[in-house]
Amino acid sequence: MAAQYPALQVVLALLAAPVCLILRRPNAAWAVATVITWISLALALSLLGRVWETGVILYPMGDWAAPWGIEYQIDTVNAFMLVIVTLIGSVVMPFARASVEAEIEEERIYLFYCMYLLNLAGLLGIAITGDVFNLFVFLEISSLSSYVMISLGRDKRALTAAYRYLVIGTIGATFYIIGVGMMYMTTGSLNMADLAAILPAVADSRTVLVALGFLTVGLGLKLALFPLHLWLPNAYAYAPSAVTVFLAATGTKVAVYAFIRIFFTVFGGVEIFTAGVIPQILAVLAALAMIGASAVAIYQTDVKRLLAYSSIAQIGYMVLGISMVTVTGLAGTIVHLFNHAIMKGGLFMAMGCILFKIGAVQLDQFEGLGKRMPVTMAAFVAGGFSLIGVPLTVGFVSKWYLVQAALEKGWWLAVAAILASSLLAVIYIWRVVEVAYFRPPPKGSAEVSEAPLSMLVPLWILIGASYYFGIDATQTLDIAFAAAETLFAPPL
Amino acid sequence: MEFLGLLNYWIVVVLMMTGFYIVIAHNNLVKKIVGLNIFQVSVFVFYITMAKVKGGTAPILAEGIEIYSNPLPHVLILTAIVVGVATTALGLALVVRIHDAYGTIEDDEIEARENEL
Amino acid sequence: MTVELAILLAVAVPFAGAVLIPLTGAKPNLRETVTLVCAALLFYLVSVIYPIVAAGGVPEVYLFEMLPGLSVFFLVEPLGLIFAGIASFLWIATSVYSIGYMRGHNEENQTRFYAYFAIALGAAMGVAFAGNMLTLFIFYEVLTLSTFPLVAHSGTDEAKRAGRVYLGVLLGTSIGFQLLAIIWTWSLTGTLDFTDGGILAGKADGLTAGILLALYIFGIGKAALMPFHRWLPAAMVAPTPVSALLHAVAVVKAGVFTVVKVVVYIFGIDFLFDIGVSEWLQYMAAATILIASLVAMTKDNLKARLAYSTVSQLSYVILGAMLVTDLGIIGSGMHIAMHAFGKITLFFCAGAFMVAAHKTEISQMRGIGHAMPFTTLAFFIGSLSVIGLPPMGGLWSKWYLALGTLETGKLWLLGVLMVSSLLNVAYLLPIPFRGFFSSPEENPPLKSSHNHDSEHDHTHDQDRPKGIKEAPVACLIAIGVTSAGCLVLFFYPDPVYDLMRQIVAP
Repeated sequence: MAAQYPALQVVLALLAAPVCLILRRPNAAWAVATVITWISLALALSLLGRVWETGVILYPMGDWAAPWGIEYQIDTVNAFMLVIVTLIGSVVMPFARASVEAEIEEERIYLFYCMYLLNLAGLLGIAITGDVFNLFVFLEISSLSSYVMISLGRDKRALTAAYRYLVIGTIGATFYIIGVGMMYMTTGSLNMADLAAILPAVADSRTVLVALGFLTVGLGLKLALFPLHLWLPNAYAYAPSAVTVFLAATGTKVAVYAFIRIFFTVFGGVEIFTAGVIPQILAVLAALAMIGASAVAIYQTDVKRLLAYSSIAQIGYMVLGISMVTVTGLAGTIVHLFNHAIMKGGLFMAMGCILFKIGAVQLDQFEGLGKRMPVTMAAFVAGGFSLIGVPLTVGFVSKWYLVQAALEKGWWLAVAAILASSLLAVIYIWRVVEVAYFRPPPKGSAEVSEAPLSMLVPLWILIGASYYFGIDATQTLDIAFAAAETLFAPPL
Repeated sequence: MEFLGLLNYWIVVVLMMTGFYIVIAHNNLVKKIVGLNIFQVSVFVFYITMAKVKGGTAPILAEGIEIYSNPLPHVLILTAIVVGVATTALGLALVVRIHDAYGTIEDDEIEARENEL
Repeated sequence: MTVELAILLAVAVPFAGAVLIPLTGAKPNLRETVTLVCAALLFYLVSVIYPIVAAGGVPEVYLFEMLPGLSVFFLVEPLGLIFAGIASFLWIATSVYSIGYMRGHNEENQTRFYAYFAIALGAAMGVAFAGNMLTLFIFYEVLTLSTFPLVAHSGTDEAKRAGRVYLGVLLGTSIGFQLLAIIWTWSLTGTLDFTDGGILAGKADGLTAGILLALYIFGIGKAALMPFHRWLPAAMVAPTPVSALLHAVAVVKAGVFTVVKVVVYIFGIDFLFDIGVSEWLQYMAAATILIASLVAMTKDNLKARLAYSTVSQLSYVILGAMLVTDLGIIGSGMHIAMHAFGKITLFFCAGAFMVAAHKTEISQMRGIGHAMPFTTLAFFIGSLSVIGLPPMGGLWSKWYLALGTLETGKLWLLGVLMVSSLLNVAYLLPIPFRGFFSSPEENPPLKSSHNHDSEHDHTHDQDRPKGIKEAPVACLIAIGVTSAGCLVLFFYPDPVYDLMRQIVAP
């Protein structure tokens, strides 16, 4: 049984999605989605444990041997990704029940859970597969389902946000398969490990370089790398809260993972980094994202949009770590994947609680919220500290390693960008804090009125986790460093 | 001769650019979807072309068949076509909803209405 | 009780107090009892630790490993003990004072006030006992964030603006410079532990060490070295007990304390002396001393004047540290203690003037000694200590600082200290003198004042019958204790001196 875990990891969620469709009852669909997510988490944890003890797990799908068949390859990197995705999903599900009921029409709720499960399957598939074309299929499964989920938002701008995301996302995915096609033309293989072995011999050809270009832009669109981020703010701002939490915490993270996989595993043997200008380009884009998006965040009046821009800045951190091409930098990126997932998930959950009670997340609606929703706002402030990078939070840990990596490289401008971006974070978080705590509640508002416990508990689980893993970061960092070293190791 | 030999690839490039241009330049949301479709189709052509072996037939194990085309990209593209159909369907469905909500499917008019919100 | 337990409790007690205070918020008397008990308990705990450290022990408490190879732990050495001793003792005095002040002034949100006050004290203890730079930085930031609600306490626009400056400067310097310096040190040396003789010797060349030193010194914004001093005057919008304990003692002393710690235990005096990169920071410190004193003379608002005086006095400590000589370091450490007692007395008095006579501007304080003789006398004592005149404790720290400058052979630095003392005389002593020897009728009519208290009280202030009208008794007790402290430290500075001696000659 345990040998089949890699397949079950993806297939369970995939099969459960149509079950929701048949059940139709909101509560039943919710129960199925929740149970499946929790089982997936258990599977992911057991896979991570096995990888940690015995090394890479290879799982040929349907016993078709690689490189012809599709092979799942699980090493520390993607085992960690599987845990991140399922962990966030497991916390989001209890939260989603009340939140979704409040934000989505009842007859569409089962569709939401169906789409969520497809999305989960897609993200897990991206993380687990060792085949570049299979990755494309899962990428599209997750993308198509996320377009639908975003369009379920009750603001009509959610529709246009979903439409724009669809157009941009499809272009990104198409770019990605163009790149894959070109690699296939030169190597005749789609298996990542196989590609890694063959590519160095043919790396001089222009086809391979163009392939890399298409792959970079395609995945750059998916992970919202500045300046390819335009779809993200509206998509996050107008999607239902539960969707925003899940997508913000996992969607772009998995895309970053795919990016790392392509650059370090598939092109691992090719000296694209040492020879080309790619690291510099990535570093510059990352720094622009960190500073630019943070600066734009300051001027937002919709707090969900503010957090969305902050996400773009945080993706900049991750790309910066990648662009350094050092173990420390990459470990910083990987640990930030996890850290940012839990802190941003928590912050968007706080938005969900506020939407649930107040019905809007415009900044001027936050007046006196420190008194009216003390538990939620305390969580927001605590999560905000993490975004700023106050010590004892996970944000501090990520920042520490990214700065250290930049220092090792002697990249002073990168150091400056990281620190400047943290300071901008102080400003945009503090704008919200001032309104919430220093302005009196509007007249006629209820005294204290909190979101239900089913939302507050998941919220505080994520916020608590962002402190737990900030106080004792040794476990996450051990995994991140092991993962980074795997990526730098020569291919199998 | 070389030009003709690469004819399919030229078609790919032209289709791709045409599709891309439509996506970017057109104001009408349905036309954008059409452009997206053309863009995707160019990639299908690209995959099918690269798998073709001159004089090759279908890869059937039979007497006398020595040269055959690579079947794998063809299979891949079947998957990609399915994905493309799904994307188009979803895109058009979204356009219908947008029309219901905004009363128009022209991008600039929608944007104007969004700015009023 | 083992000393390890005492250390842990010393940090934990204020935080526990911060939890208990909101729970007892409905009953003010019980709430204040909690504060007082915590303060007393804290001082007791520090006094348990004292004999062990004085005997040369360096008790250590391991907490947890935060990053691989980098742990959070406490280690009590003499300098930290001095800081902890002062902060904990003065917390008792301030708690007593707060009760009188906050009630006399009818402040709102008193529960929040006491709770964050306790957190700030806990953070100060953490800073004092930190065993490495990471631990110190954690509590340093907790201290910044926990004092923000105290600064912005009143919630007025002015308070909000001040809060922004406060947070902006302190977080900006600490994240922008200090954190960078810490991570840099870590990547150069692989450790952040406070070690006798420093950790950077042999690991960093002169230029790197010079840049690092600048990053540390400016990154420690709480030390208020110009040009990063603006937060301190801004913080004066806070209620007076906050200004007194936090912005004359705990927060600012945490800053200069960190400076001394970094110089002694991260760089090492010998290493820093050898590479000679601290000289330009001596200029910066000297400039801050003089400029801040000059600015203080122009301020009519008493708390603003005291704030600039604090900026100036803090740079004495920085200057002492930057001399990188044994006597300079001793002078620095002693000045942390001596200035604390002197300045807190002055702030207590300023608050008393405000509560009892509703006066905040110095030009309105002529003849105030007739109504408030006790407070004015205490102000006089505090002034003498800050200036450094006998028979007050402030003499000793200036004495050692002066000896330190002589040790380096830089006579002009001695000159700076002397000129600054004269400036101190000029901006502090006129206040008690006019208070005693002028009459209230000489006060010029109040022009425009920001302070609403003085505005609406001014009219019936004039026709108030002459006579003694002192601040609430609780305030007077606190003032009496701290001004007596200034005197006691003149005759009995030995504990502080002996502890500092241990640092430079272990």
